Amino acid sequence: MLKNEQPPAPDQVVAAMRGEQRRRSARFRLIFIATWIIIVGGILLALKAGPRFDPTFDLGPIDRSNPASTPVWVYILGGIPLTLVISVVSITIAIALALAGALGRLSKNAFVYGAASLYVSLVRGTPLIVQIIFVYYALPQVIPATADVPAIYLGIIALAFNYGAYMTEIFRAGIQAVPRGQREAAEALGMRESLVMRRVVMPQAIRIVIPAIGNDFISMTKDSALVSVIGVQELLWRAQHVGSANFRNLETLLLAAGVYWAITIVLSLFQERLERRMARGDR
Amino acid sequence: MSTDQQPTYPLATMPAHLGEVIVRAKGVHKFFGDLHVLRGVDLDVWQAEAVMIIGRSGSGKTTLLRCINFLEEPTLGTIEVDGVRVEADPLGRRPRSHREHIRDIRLRAGMLFQDFNLFPHMSVLQNCIEAPTRVKGVARDEAVVTAEKYLDKVGLLEKRDEYPARLSSGQKQRAAIARAMCMGPKVLMFDEPTSALDPELIGEVLKVMEELAHEGTTMIVVTHEMHFAREAADRVVFMDGGVIAEQGPPEQVLDDPREESTKQFLRRVLAAR
Repeated sequence: MLKNEQPPAPDQVVAAMRGEQRRRSARFRLIFIATWIIIVGGILLALKAGPRFDPTFDLGPIDRSNPASTPVWVYILGGIPLTLVISVVSITIAIALALAGALGRLSKNAFVYGAASLYVSLVRGTPLIVQIIFVYYALPQVIPATADVPAIYLGIIALAFNYGAYMTEIFRAGIQAVPRGQREAAEALGMRESLVMRRVVMPQAIRIVIPAIGNDFISMTKDSALVSVIGVQELLWRAQHVGSANFRNLETLLLAAGVYWAITIVLSLFQERLERRMARGDR
Repeated sequence: MSTDQQPTYPLATMPAHLGEVIVRAKGVHKFFGDLHVLRGVDLDVWQAEAVMIIGRSGSGKTTLLRCINFLEEPTLGTIEVDGVRVEADPLGRRPRSHREHIRDIRLRAGMLFQDFNLFPHMSVLQNCIEAPTRVKGVARDEAVVTAEKYLDKVGLLEKRDEYPARLSSGQKQRAAIARAMCMGPKVLMFDEPTSALDPELIGEVLKVMEELAHEGTTMIVVTHEMHFAREAADRVVFMDGGVIAEQGPPEQVLDDPREESTKQFLRRVLAAR
């Protein structure tokens, strides 16, 4: 401190600190976005520079001999609704299975506990792709009627069955995370076990597991691509179909991968917002 | 209540305003594994009586309370609340119909907990009407009227639509008292109701409890608040090593204890103040 220099006023310092903080976080965000653009753009440019990558293929007509036919990208993106429907329906069924499974895993009845545990162990102990192929190719050998069931239903069943087992453990943990005192208080008020579960434990457990369900839903949209192996014409199946017919797998698969990526980013943003709102809520 | 059994508490010293026996615990033992926590407790609580249970931690006070409404299954003994009588069933062989008796006991014995246990996903009012409407089948409108009456009584009427997270600890415990009262219990059982409170909020809860006691609410309170026990108790029960070591009017037990263990306990508690 030299001569008669005045020390700055505290509110000036605070304002300066705030400004500096804002500048730093803006800079951080800018570099963050630039990094993404540079790396992704760089990879695409590098591919384009090579002789074997033709991004205009995706823009061209699906039937090479007929310029008026649907463009390839429209055909591939046409698989998005199916991908989303498969994911939503499967996760819904999986939640129901998981609820039943969790109650089973918490049951004092040895048979119920045994059945629920078997379900979880069996499903978690085998690959999802095996389950999907099994349902489609092997099940008709046992139940001939399933041979006539469209592949999409069988795919949904396999996905729901698989995720139901993983989510069973999530739900079980969620139910157990509700403090014991909550149950005791409800019982002390004379509530029967089923009412305690329905009105006191479950509503609190669901809040606990919602972030995990969100994560599973995001995973499900990606794992739904596996049902392409049994011929369900969703996003990946369409990309592969057009790609291999024209020896343009790179172009079509990049497009499909980009779409999956975009879907998960959007869903993650939704989930973040939901979680923030719940954190703000009454708990 | 049957009168053929001898009351376990000498009638001669019983305050005159008391009526029939509401809670009778007879020969209650409780083991946790090999740990013998209750070693034969007999306790009668008369209508309109406020019984305060004191004793060092581990003496079995809380366990006794939890055995009375079967949050803990007694290992041995009988519990009778307002004429509903249930025997201990340590082997878990009780038929379904007898399990309903436990529910009957719980409907008659309201319980307050150290950490309140309000339902966090329900507003204060919903907390109060949930059990009356869903367990007792009271009409919603009627349950709301009752709930508002008791919320007013504990000074929380203006908080009826708040969620528990927005209440202070003292307000939470008062809301829990209102919730218990809404079921119209014959006896209120408090398990260290002020132990989890911020010190400056203990007073407001004790004040509500003291009012209840003076209005003739039958209550059993496990507490460490000696001053409160002296003010509000009709009887003080001192537990030691899983048995009732001494009991009587507060001035006798607290000021002129007969048992050496009581004296020791009180010396220690008062020294800590």
